[in-house]
Amino acid sequence: MPGALIKIDDYRQVAPRGTVDFLMRTGERLRGKRLVHVSASRYGPLAESLDRVVPILNDLGIETSWEITIGTADFDQVTRAIAKGLAGTEQVITDSMLARLRETGIDNAQRLSLSADLVMVHDAPPLGLVERRDEATRWVWRCHHDLSAAQPQLWNALRPMVQRYDASVFSLARFAAPLSIPRFIVYPAIDPLSERNREMTRAEQATHLDRLRVPRDKPILLQVGPFERQHDPVGVINAYRLVKRHHEVRLVLAGPPPAPGGNALGDVQEAASHDPDIVVIVLPPDPQVELNALERAATIAIQKPLKADFTIEVATAMWKGKPVIGTIAGGIPFQMVVNVTGYTVETVEGAAFRIRQLLSNPELIGRMGAAGREHVRRNFLVTRHLSDYLALIAHMTR
Amino acid sequence: MSETQPFVFLGCLDLNELLPHEAHDIRELLDQLEKVPVESVFCHMSAALLHRPVLAEAYPNDFSMWVGTEVRDVRLAERLAAVDAFYAGSMDRVREELIATISDHLQHLGSAPPRTQGKRFRFFVTHLVPVPTGHQARTLVEFRDALAEVDVSAVFYHTIEARYRAGRSRGDFAEWVGGVLGRADLADRLAHIDPHAGSLERIRDRHLSVLSDAIAAEEAA
Repeated sequence: MPGALIKIDDYRQVAPRGTVDFLMRTGERLRGKRLVHVSASRYGPLAESLDRVVPILNDLGIETSWEITIGTADFDQVTRAIAKGLAGTEQVITDSMLARLRETGIDNAQRLSLSADLVMVHDAPPLGLVERRDEATRWVWRCHHDLSAAQPQLWNALRPMVQRYDASVFSLARFAAPLSIPRFIVYPAIDPLSERNREMTRAEQATHLDRLRVPRDKPILLQVGPFERQHDPVGVINAYRLVKRHHEVRLVLAGPPPAPGGNALGDVQEAASHDPDIVVIVLPPDPQVELNALERAATIAIQKPLKADFTIEVATAMWKGKPVIGTIAGGIPFQMVVNVTGYTVETVEGAAFRIRQLLSNPELIGRMGAAGREHVRRNFLVTRHLSDYLALIAHMTR
Repeated sequence: MSETQPFVFLGCLDLNELLPHEAHDIRELLDQLEKVPVESVFCHMSAALLHRPVLAEAYPNDFSMWVGTEVRDVRLAERLAAVDAFYAGSMDRVREELIATISDHLQHLGSAPPRTQGKRFRFFVTHLVPVPTGHQARTLVEFRDALAEVDVSAVFYHTIEARYRAGRSRGDFAEWVGGVLGRADLADRLAHIDPHAGSLERIRDRHLSVLSDAIAAEEAA
């Protein structure tokens, strides 16, 4: 529903029965509560989620605002190093960098409007805001990243600041770091009415696929993800080659333009250069409709990263009725019902075997796809995410 | 003439909190089961139903699921799957039964228990926030029609939360049908629907089926 202000009522057509009425009743109960989200950017996946959630929470009666912190250019370098360190890449983090994080938080706290019943601070850059918290407001730190391998020295330095919050929220239990404050688990979700997930006619799909130069004459195996070694696009090509001995298929690998250093796009293009049935797509900026069309055209979705974050692409493919073959990295197995909505695999050979199994049993593709869509409807739609937000507000401000 | 006390349907929001307890093998599972709050046993035996997919072949609680799929000790998984919360009646008794089952299994295990091949077991507690759904009923027909419409969390709240944590041992549906409508026979049938057998939607359907049969019989008479 591009360009329109989404209302909770719009989700009646897609949410499980009774859900929208229940959310509205819950909103009535919490009416007048004030929630402030704080993040460091209005762009990226987090911002896309907040873009939808904030107006709907307001529609439900929760007075919700969204504040953005600012920092100088050198602060951006600090937050990049901290993000890498928290992700497990060894970084040099100095005391002055940590002081900068704290001071920038304090500066922003003076500038931003943080008067609320609950303040939810997203990720590390605005972490230092808590240094100026008042005790009447409840503060929650929402960490969207995997802290299981965080650089110990860095985490030991940040933990006291995190523990000034009243609670933390992580996307998966395995992503959570040890903390003395409560740790809640809230899975990410997809918006079924967004450009990425809305219904799309076959004619519109065809338009986008033609523009991306994806023929529709063979079953399509699709992996969406960065052209980086940790997403193993070359492993997917190798699995496709094993399948190709038995089935006429086309492989589509789609990802954003690679960041400098460590990218595998050259290897992928080289591997694909002699096979017209491998299509490599470097996606344009904001490729929501393109991905929607690709996922709808796919026969089987593949997610074969070696290391991953939550990987919500699994749920987006399942919502479009596609079986998913994925690794056990990050959040992939938590979105699937193994052997019911798809398969988890650990090797190239395993991926090839499961693809062949599905292609040889088309009725299984339909059955798994339908089961996947229903599983997402109950567990990974934004309506469930809203319910989690409301539960958090009710629990934290009781 | 006194007015019939309506049945007010409450749904619930749920929020899962990760506890600092985890297990890598069966012995650690046993140790932690003795330490965690009983609410955590409730979470893994019953609250999992709030988000469980419809799977006939799956193990019915988180403990058996983990032992079966991650530790791959099918024998113990089957025994843990048979721990019957409906029959036990309280989560303290469920915990005792889980502990006894694992202890017995370990005694008969010749070697050290195998460690998980995949995910460790992480203990949670579930915080529930009850919220009125806006549906209420004064007659059996209204009750059935409202039950068909409410958010499925209401089924959980009135059949499981009521039974195990609020101490209303027959569940709210049976209590109201028996106590307010005076239908003891129908109340018994509702009280005997095992809320752990299947998904919440399946449990809803079983209640609707029993209620529809009773309404049809009433109309025929």
